[in-house]
Amino acid sequence: MKLLRFARLAGLLVISMVLAACHSQQAAPWQLTDISGHMPDLTFRLTNDQGKSVAAADYQGKVTLLYFGYTHCPDVCPLTLAHLHVVMQRLGKLADGAQILFVSVDPARDTPEALHAYVTAFDPHVVGLTGSPADVEALTKRYRAAFSREPDKAGGSYDVSHSSGIYIFDAHGKARLLATPTDSQDKLVHDLHLLLSSGGAT
Amino acid sequence: MKRRAWLLGLITLLAPIVHAAQADQIKANHAWIRLLPANLPAGAYVTLDNQGASAATLVSAHSTAYGSVMLHQSTTDPAGNSDMHMLDRLVVPAHGQVSLAPASYHLMLQQATHPLKPDDTVEITFDFADGSHLAVPFLVRPANAAD
Repeated sequence: MKLLRFARLAGLLVISMVLAACHSQQAAPWQLTDISGHMPDLTFRLTNDQGKSVAAADYQGKVTLLYFGYTHCPDVCPLTLAHLHVVMQRLGKLADGAQILFVSVDPARDTPEALHAYVTAFDPHVVGLTGSPADVEALTKRYRAAFSREPDKAGGSYDVSHSSGIYIFDAHGKARLLATPTDSQDKLVHDLHLLLSSGGAT
Repeated sequence: MKRRAWLLGLITLLAPIVHAAQADQIKANHAWIRLLPANLPAGAYVTLDNQGASAATLVSAHSTAYGSVMLHQSTTDPAGNSDMHMLDRLVVPAHGQVSLAPASYHLMLQQATHPLKPDDTVEITFDFADGSHLAVPFLVRPANAAD
């Protein structure tokens, strides 16, 4: 009698495990926008904040967050990078498998040195990238991240309007997710946790 | 009759004094600056609480710590493009509140007159439409500070 009850319990357990497995395969696990297959693989040829020529292949092996901005942007860019800093902290040890590429859409002012001072003020996982206007434009166009230089203001300063999305690639450079600045840190932490612990960073 | 006219004149004369200056109606809270390296333009944030029965209109701000202080607004369109533009004025409604917060209204600070570091305090003065002023101490915070 006791054995029968145990067998029945064990059977129930197996069924519920199978159901759970089916369920997790069917339901989309992502909280951010899934862009798998909708955006091209990460490709670029730029200069990093150490002044070295780099290509996308140099950044394979880690989950990559791609964000376009510029250092003379006092509000939205720092807010996004500060958010990402908190996300990296919340990921703890897993964050070592991730990197944030901050690509300048203002290469005229953003020299590697200026970028280096800027990105290191936010988080050790951030790499600043700049390059020729043509190379930067090629990358923004690849991800349909429009940007434009606003008319000059008094004193020769100017603003750059730009796309504020965060493109997330797996360790193989495949586009996987898109986050907007309004997406919560919880969503980013959830999805990055999943991507980082599911072999996204191999 | 003569006495009444005199009284009326006195009231008219005193009215602007009795009516509180716009700056006096405003209470500023959570005032801070996100400090960026290498003298880059910085954003300043504050919550302005109007405790008066009439609107207060902010027209500009200035500080001895910065060569330029501008009232800005960041906007993001549905396509996710961020943009910034200058504001001529910002109305704080009667018994209402306006927050200068990241990705929204903010002060853009440029040309720091001396080097600043986190935990410093910087005074920024708000100028209102009626000519009144409000000096507010802002806490300097590091670049990666969360709001």
